[in-house]
Amino acid sequence: MARVVVDVMLKPEILDPQGQAVQGALGRLGLTGVISVRQGKRFEVELDGDLDDVRLAEVHRLAETLLSNPVIEDYVIRVEDEASA
Amino acid sequence: MSARVGVVTFPGSLDDRDAGRAIELAGGEYVPLWHGDRDLKQVDAVVLPGGFSYGDYLRAGAIARFAPVMDLVIDQAKAGLPVLGICNGFQVLCESHLLPGVLVRNNHLHFICRDQRLRIENAATAWTSDYETDQEVVIPLKNMEGGFVAADHTLDELEAEGRIVARYLDVNPNGSRRDIAGITNAAGNIVGLMPHPEHAVESLTGPGTDGLAFFTSVLKALVAA
Repeated sequence: MARVVVDVMLKPEILDPQGQAVQGALGRLGLTGVISVRQGKRFEVELDGDLDDVRLAEVHRLAETLLSNPVIEDYVIRVEDEASA
Repeated sequence: MSARVGVVTFPGSLDDRDAGRAIELAGGEYVPLWHGDRDLKQVDAVVLPGGFSYGDYLRAGAIARFAPVMDLVIDQAKAGLPVLGICNGFQVLCESHLLPGVLVRNNHLHFICRDQRLRIENAATAWTSDYETDQEVVIPLKNMEGGFVAADHTLDELEAEGRIVARYLDVNPNGSRRDIAGITNAAGNIVGLMPHPEHAVESLTGPGTDGLAFFTSVLKALVAA
């Protein structure tokens, strides 16, 4: 089994009101010095069998067509090794 | 024989019946379409209604865009079929790349529901020909992900080509870039609109009847075609 993690984040220039709301709540916890909070999404994709280049390319297609919208979001794909999975 | 206008029901659609009723009040025939069918039932135009398809999971409209019926809607819209996406339907059109940009969460993070004043800036689309250019109308707006966002060069292009169909007046209710409430494709057959014209078709249940012209416009366009 192969495990691939896809992190999706809003592009830096896109306003993130949810992240701002989280940041606004930090003061209530007594936390200071936080300059900014941005909120994103993490997808853990598990695949049958070994991960080859073809299947990794499929995950890239999944990430750019469904998991993220390239107009407002960037994604990063990370393959997790068996030991850490 | 009146024109047949299909309304797609997705899991979580909310305003499909209202859109169907607006079509009938305008003089058309309402044809219910099902998200899981690869069948457009030979309709002459399609409305993608408001609501919360697939619970707005992932991103609003992102999963509905891959519904079986959407393959046909996308193909035929590119070939000239008139398609109106209202609210969630606008989000589906953007996710389908039939219209540029994307709708993001309101900048103030609150759901809004208000009677909104708009200016119809493009009265030449299949869905707006019964308006006058720059006519001001009041149409209910109710959304969570209503902020229209696109790259600056895309916004410049939309403005230069007259593809901004409607703009918010008085206030910007959701953080939309350049007060954009609705846009169209270059051919003018596809329109996405965040406010809900189907809720302004009878004075008993809406702020007035300013929304009805979206539906009479397309019927007129179909008769002329």
